[in-house]
Amino acid sequence: MPKLITQVGCPYCGSSCDDLEVLVSDDNKTVLEVRNACIIGNNIFLHANDPTRPKLPRMRQPDGSMKEISYKEAIDWTAKTLIAAKKPLIYGFGSTNCEGMSAVGRVAEKAGAVLDNCASICHGPSFLAIFDNGYPSCTLGEAKNRADCVVFWGCNPMHAHPRHTSRYSLFPRGFFTQKGQMQRKVICVDPRETDTAKLADVHFMLDQGHDYDLFDAFRTVLRGHDIPDIVAGIKREKIVEAIEIMKKSRFVMIFFGMGCTHTDGRNHNVDIAISLTRDLNTHTKASIMAMRGHYNIAGPGQVWSWQFGFPYCIDLSKGTHAHMNPGETSSIDLAMRDEIDCFVNVGTDAGAHFPIEAVKHLKKHPFITIDPNFCMASEISDLHIPVRIAGVDEPGVVYRMDNVPIQFKAVIDGLPGVPSDEELFDMVYERMCELTQTEPVWLAAKAHRKYPSSAVN
Amino acid sequence: MTEILITHGFVIDPTQNINGDVADVAIRDGKIVDTVGSGAKVIDAKGKVVMAGGVDVHSHVAGPKVNVGRLMRPEDKLFKSPMAQEKFRMESGFSVPSVFKTGYDYARMGYGFVMEAAMPPIHSPHVHEEIHDTPIIDEAALPVFGNNWFVMEYLRNKEVENTAAYIAWLIRVTKGFGVKVVNPGGTAAWAWGLNCLKLDDKVPYFEITPSEIITGLLQANEYLGLPHSVHLHQNDLGNPGNFLTTIDSLKLAEGIKTKNKFGRTQVMHSTHIQFHAYGGENWGNFESKAKDVMDYVNKAKNITVDLGCVTLDETTTMTADGPFEHHLHSLNHIKWANTDVELETAAGVVPYVYDKDIRVCATQWAIGLELGLYAKDPERVFITTDHPNAGPFTRYPRVISWLMCRKARDATLNTFRHKDKVIEATTLDSIDRELTLYEIAQMTRSGPARCLGLSKMYGGLAPGMNADVAVFDLNYKSMPTDPVAIEKALQRAALFVKSGEIVVRDGTVLSHGHKKTVWVNVKMPENPQVVRDITQCFTRDYTVGINNYPVRDYLAPHPYVIDVDVEA
Amino acid sequence: MAKIQLNMITQRSIEEGAAMEKGKTNPDYFTACSICEMNPEDMKKAGVWKNTNVRVTSECGSVIVKAIVPTQFVPPGLAHIRQGVWANQVVPPRTQSTGTPQYSGFLVTIEPAVEERIKTALELVQGSVGLWKKE
Repeated sequence: MPKLITQVGCPYCGSSCDDLEVLVSDDNKTVLEVRNACIIGNNIFLHANDPTRPKLPRMRQPDGSMKEISYKEAIDWTAKTLIAAKKPLIYGFGSTNCEGMSAVGRVAEKAGAVLDNCASICHGPSFLAIFDNGYPSCTLGEAKNRADCVVFWGCNPMHAHPRHTSRYSLFPRGFFTQKGQMQRKVICVDPRETDTAKLADVHFMLDQGHDYDLFDAFRTVLRGHDIPDIVAGIKREKIVEAIEIMKKSRFVMIFFGMGCTHTDGRNHNVDIAISLTRDLNTHTKASIMAMRGHYNIAGPGQVWSWQFGFPYCIDLSKGTHAHMNPGETSSIDLAMRDEIDCFVNVGTDAGAHFPIEAVKHLKKHPFITIDPNFCMASEISDLHIPVRIAGVDEPGVVYRMDNVPIQFKAVIDGLPGVPSDEELFDMVYERMCELTQTEPVWLAAKAHRKYPSSAVN
Repeated sequence: MTEILITHGFVIDPTQNINGDVADVAIRDGKIVDTVGSGAKVIDAKGKVVMAGGVDVHSHVAGPKVNVGRLMRPEDKLFKSPMAQEKFRMESGFSVPSVFKTGYDYARMGYGFVMEAAMPPIHSPHVHEEIHDTPIIDEAALPVFGNNWFVMEYLRNKEVENTAAYIAWLIRVTKGFGVKVVNPGGTAAWAWGLNCLKLDDKVPYFEITPSEIITGLLQANEYLGLPHSVHLHQNDLGNPGNFLTTIDSLKLAEGIKTKNKFGRTQVMHSTHIQFHAYGGENWGNFESKAKDVMDYVNKAKNITVDLGCVTLDETTTMTADGPFEHHLHSLNHIKWANTDVELETAAGVVPYVYDKDIRVCATQWAIGLELGLYAKDPERVFITTDHPNAGPFTRYPRVISWLMCRKARDATLNTFRHKDKVIEATTLDSIDRELTLYEIAQMTRSGPARCLGLSKMYGGLAPGMNADVAVFDLNYKSMPTDPVAIEKALQRAALFVKSGEIVVRDGTVLSHGHKKTVWVNVKMPENPQVVRDITQCFTRDYTVGINNYPVRDYLAPHPYVIDVDVEA
Repeated sequence: MAKIQLNMITQRSIEEGAAMEKGKTNPDYFTACSICEMNPEDMKKAGVWKNTNVRVTSECGSVIVKAIVPTQFVPPGLAHIRQGVWANQVVPPRTQSTGTPQYSGFLVTIEPAVEERIKTALELVQGSVGLWKKE
């Protein structure tokens, strides 16, 4: 009899929906049907059935081809490569659980590596803004239950977070928002008329790259001063009107995305967005939230903050203390300066998502990919080590875009012999300790749950 | 298992009325015992003080707001992180240390148990993830209830039993310890940008007042008979003139009797009382009301307090009192983080510099010490800094040296730019009292352990108790006249045995120990109405599924579970 | 030959997301991402017919993609390639000292390249590091 598993978490976008229902085969090996998910989530679960999924590590041969090797060999090679490297870069973690992120901390410390995650090329500028200006935010339930004015600035949830609007931000009927969408004023700021913009009451089609100007105009009007007739391509009346909408609302929720962080101004765009939120709080209640891209990309920011004090771009190569300076210790900049001599790509695809110039630099040195599937990075790697898929055949804690931890389930059994990220990192760490003839440092807590996956659910 | 014998030390143990007698402490299988065999490892503590491991009743060490503090303050690391001990994990941060530094530094000061003071229930998996990554020290966490929709709804209808059933459920699913209340009603009001500063201010929509919430929770807590009492962060924190509200809140405990099997004698623990003992109408005529507050506390036997001493450092304030942090940011304009948590609570984080040359900060420093020095019963008044709100926990030794030596207080006072104004606004200069090490042991060991209902395990050296034993390089018969020497000795224990294992020697960490997560499992008959309400609320109002809400067992891998049976 | 200078942005789309989770060597991914959305006015100026190939050149490289009429309206002067392998052939790696490359808001030249072939994802990535072998 197939089994229906309910309240399953979805390992795709930062919405981290945990209301999926997954029908699995009697033997726990195949996903038969996925309900409630968006098309992307659907594809993730079904892709896990792919019979061609890698089951063994593959090592690149002198002729350029890939040859399957044992996990033991792969772990040994990874350990030796990390030890030999002066300054390896361990990057990724868009798609893995916090258990893996915690385990890699130990490996990185031992290797004297730089530890970085996908925020580096996504919401990294948002971190910089938070360092400078704080972060008045809330959980998504607050948006659902209270927000009667929703601003989407440089983000397009209809495409990047498909169920965000229906679960949290726009359509749901919340406790104090019983009329759902009818009760919400929606403002969208985007240089394109995106599918999200089409849902908005007001769309500001601003001149691309002029977000800072427009935020500044918003703040200026809010503080009762005059602005020019046109700012960033937007007429003054329209700006004044938007500010009136916000001031009259009981709860203003601002969501922002890559439109702010990927373009000119970067962190300054986010910085002033935070200031606008703060200013609004003198008139009404206002909150701001980064539209984090992946279901657990908030995770490394959390795990590494409690372990090292920094969310990303963590340089551990000094051996005695952690150091962070984005721009200097960030992956792309390190790559472009040829400052690293080994690259480990974990749970992401730097091959596809880094600018190709950076990929070329990284490829000058040993290049390792740890990921459940074939991807661009795996296909240029010297070594590809497959692992289980967090949220599909491996459970674990993930942090949603609002930093709420959600305990994800596994819905099917993992491929036999394929470890989780956590298990793999722990084995690499043990091997590194063997090779350097040092005692591994397990926390007491860790000693008893080194390989916990089978113990859960 | 190894046996240890700590010999010839000056033993200070208020639980057995031992005050500096030279005696041996024997340890076997993680417990204190009467005697050990001849094979025991002998450690000579001659000329040194031997006490139980410290018990911290209130400290923000793990969880979402602590981590916001770490994340948003790289400057708290720059030039402030110590070099890693070889073979140990890197340490980082000053006011908000990493989990590794937290565990190591508490152990270096001889502390064995720390209570995380505020756990937003929906974030409880996060709190437990941090707790299990924190080495050595045993920890527990208090979920917050004072602005919870269920609690406000039930108590508005005077349904104490339903409130108790909900509390039992929430403590169980979050693997929590007790009932924390932060700015009751005020934080809920903050969801609309408002606050409740007075005890009879009405919470928007819920139409209930802070005093009704406090009273209802006091009753529910005793209905359940939990190990710990209601743990209250009062309304109107940090504002001039708040001492009247403070005393009125304390009075809500009058007439409420304790009911528990854990040796706890209070029904209310009022935390970081320093922030609540202010007179004056504004910052211009801000003054101390420490004496008024302590006069009441000294009389009211069913109340305990902790101090929340200002340490005059640059630190990071963090609290579930969301409106307060917003207010604080409007005073110092550094940076402000806030997280409103659906249906449950909120939190704010603002860096703060307690500058000794700012009159208000210096006055706050004096108030914290006054409160400690006015304590008639040190078993009911505990030393904290509300870490990291009034200062980091690593300053406990300095706070203790101020409380123990008038000379130390004067030395600090003399460096203030506004010394005269501080003397005028407080009574500190008129107090000659110097606390003894015995009283300090009461305020950091036996007292907090009893307050938490943990006096059978922590806070003393009687046979059968946890073998958490700290040895400090202090000669009790001829204590150093230099307060700095006291601070130094307490900062780095000569020896710390945690659960029967030597984890620190000469201030250096030797082992990651065997830390435990302590949580309370309240068992009571199912209450169908509450079950239905919870189910409905998760379907309708929450954004996480009810199945994914309870903390899974593997996140608290070394539990010490205290069962509480509630009769129907 | 006509060409036009446009301001390029590269952002996510649901087509890209859905295809990516099937695998980046899947034909859906090729269809979803090897395209450049531009305003019909700009196409006209550049002498580009819709659904024909164009060469997009930035300060750091160039790529052949198919010009299409935007699925989500793009004003004149702006062009959009969906996030992914093709976009990243032209994304400048400069970060303004923040760690984050210039994924959006960089100048490109777009010109007709009707006869040119669009390379596959694997060909582009492996080709850039000298690993590509013709089948």
